[in-house]
Amino acid sequence: MVRTALAVLVIDENRIRAAIIEAGLREAGHERVTVIHDVTGIARRIAEIEPDVIVIDLENPNRDMLENMFQLSRAVKRPIAMFVDRSDQASIEAAVDAGVSAYVVDGLRQERVKPILDMAVSRFNAFSRMARELEEVRGELESRKVIDRAKGILMKSRGLSEEAAYTLLRKTAMNQNRKISDIAQSLVTAAGLLGPAEDE
Amino acid sequence: MSMGAAHQITAGFMPLFDSAVLVAAGELGFAAREGIDLTLHRETSWANIRDRIAIGHFHLAHMLGPMPLACNLGLTPLASETIVPFSLGLGGNCVTISNAVWEGMAAHGAVADLDPARAGAALRALIRERAVAGHDPLRFAVVHPHSGHNYELRYWLAACGIDPEREIEIAIVPPPFMADALAAGRIDGYCVGEPWNSASVAAGTGHIVTVKAQIWRNSPEKVIGARKAWADENPEALAALLRALHHSARWCQDPANHGELAGVMAQAGFLGLPPAVQMPILTGHLQLGGGAELDIDDFFLPFDKAANFPWKSHALWFYTQMVRWGHVAHTPENLAIARDCYRPDLYRSALKPLGVALPGANSKVEGALRVATAVGATGAGLVLGPDGFFDGQIFDPDEIDTYIAGQESAETQA
Repeated sequence: MVRTALAVLVIDENRIRAAIIEAGLREAGHERVTVIHDVTGIARRIAEIEPDVIVIDLENPNRDMLENMFQLSRAVKRPIAMFVDRSDQASIEAAVDAGVSAYVVDGLRQERVKPILDMAVSRFNAFSRMARELEEVRGELESRKVIDRAKGILMKSRGLSEEAAYTLLRKTAMNQNRKISDIAQSLVTAAGLLGPAEDE
Repeated sequence: MSMGAAHQITAGFMPLFDSAVLVAAGELGFAAREGIDLTLHRETSWANIRDRIAIGHFHLAHMLGPMPLACNLGLTPLASETIVPFSLGLGGNCVTISNAVWEGMAAHGAVADLDPARAGAALRALIRERAVAGHDPLRFAVVHPHSGHNYELRYWLAACGIDPEREIEIAIVPPPFMADALAAGRIDGYCVGEPWNSASVAAGTGHIVTVKAQIWRNSPEKVIGARKAWADENPEALAALLRALHHSARWCQDPANHGELAGVMAQAGFLGLPPAVQMPILTGHLQLGGGAELDIDDFFLPFDKAANFPWKSHALWFYTQMVRWGHVAHTPENLAIARDCYRPDLYRSALKPLGVALPGANSKVEGALRVATAVGATGAGLVLGPDGFFDGQIFDPDEIDTYIAGQESAETQA
């Protein structure tokens, strides 16, 4: 039995995340996927696409506008409801935790929609993890740069070797119970305030 | 985080100025003094607030006054039973229109005095003129279908002989996008809270034509909506929070604190807007556009005039408007749900130990007070009103069937 392919609309201002969701949907065999980043003129787009399922990120401030449009607009030929399977509280919670919500046209069977929502949830989570890791790496790189500059200042002003400069930073951090990057940042800031440009 | 606080409460809010009483309760120590560790989460849509209340992420939240009613009446998906034990203030909204619409209205007698009747008559004349000329209907925006904004805009228009269902369009636009949408010509006017009206005036792209405080003086706006299941299980935590909110609201009302309050709300985690743009709502002194300015009585009250008391008559008026505009059917069951949603009993029992003035009744006849009036209350010195509708109508919650029927017949005559 051939089932008509579901038309899926992804609304996400974050282009990278939208691309990840789209790729996931295509891998899962969904051919009719449309991605929208900007909701301007969305009523017309919905009329053209006639989506069966709409996936939207919870950071999007336009959810209230969209929910109202799903109920009222002439652009939406078939009524669209929020994806709610009250028997499945866990999957609702997982979706909100991940930061995603889905709306489906009336009458569409839950078992056809659930895999789409599950996939969106896991990809949203993967994206958040990735963004967090990237943030950490960026932070590490930043602190390494600051530590290098602080070492340079100490080497120049106190005639220390690189190793001795690092040891001094580390000792100070331990004594004050602070991070070495914080001590380095304080030193760089103080040097900037007190002296002529130290290494520019 | 205060270690060892007696109560842990998590609350959601939208970045709007009328979340101030809740925000100040957390930021300025009023909650901590009541033994509450209050965690505040900023949200991006009312739908998110609703969802997070429903799945238990939030115990309570800053909500649109009619929103808990909509939840309990089954008008929204994924909603849980929500009660209102506290109101976050009275007034605060304006109706702002584009320069082009203002010019059209001015040609029909509008002047910059915010008088709802005069402005409405001019708008009506403009709308009829546009209809004859074959122009598209004007497009207005509000923040949510179940909002004070939507109902007061419609009330004003209908009372001025404009059918909001047929003669204009009403779209939903998030508050921070209103001014941009107006400037870009995607909408012709909107009803929203501050500072999003003054934003258009400051940009030179809009005029404020009337205000909530004149359409219905001292009328309800945002409230605290609490998960009923949580409130039932944690009566002490809720009572402690209501006392904290009471102290916070009193502090917010005091002009001596307005500068500090504007500074707190200006922080990136709350409104993220300069303190100066928050002064119009705090002082009631508004620039209207084109150089006109005006002082508005009772523009926004976070505390005075029993602003925090969750009047059942406020909830029931919202209910009559939900019925009027086809959001819900008027049935005895729905009326009972609307009647039970706002909980003055919880407010009263929480504040009783403070010995402050509390209204003795749960409901009042809305529109009956023509002047500020001292009323019978426990404690000393409670002043209410004036609470008039601009068209002189009276809403008696004991005569709700008559009121609803009166609105229906007005609609069929229009």
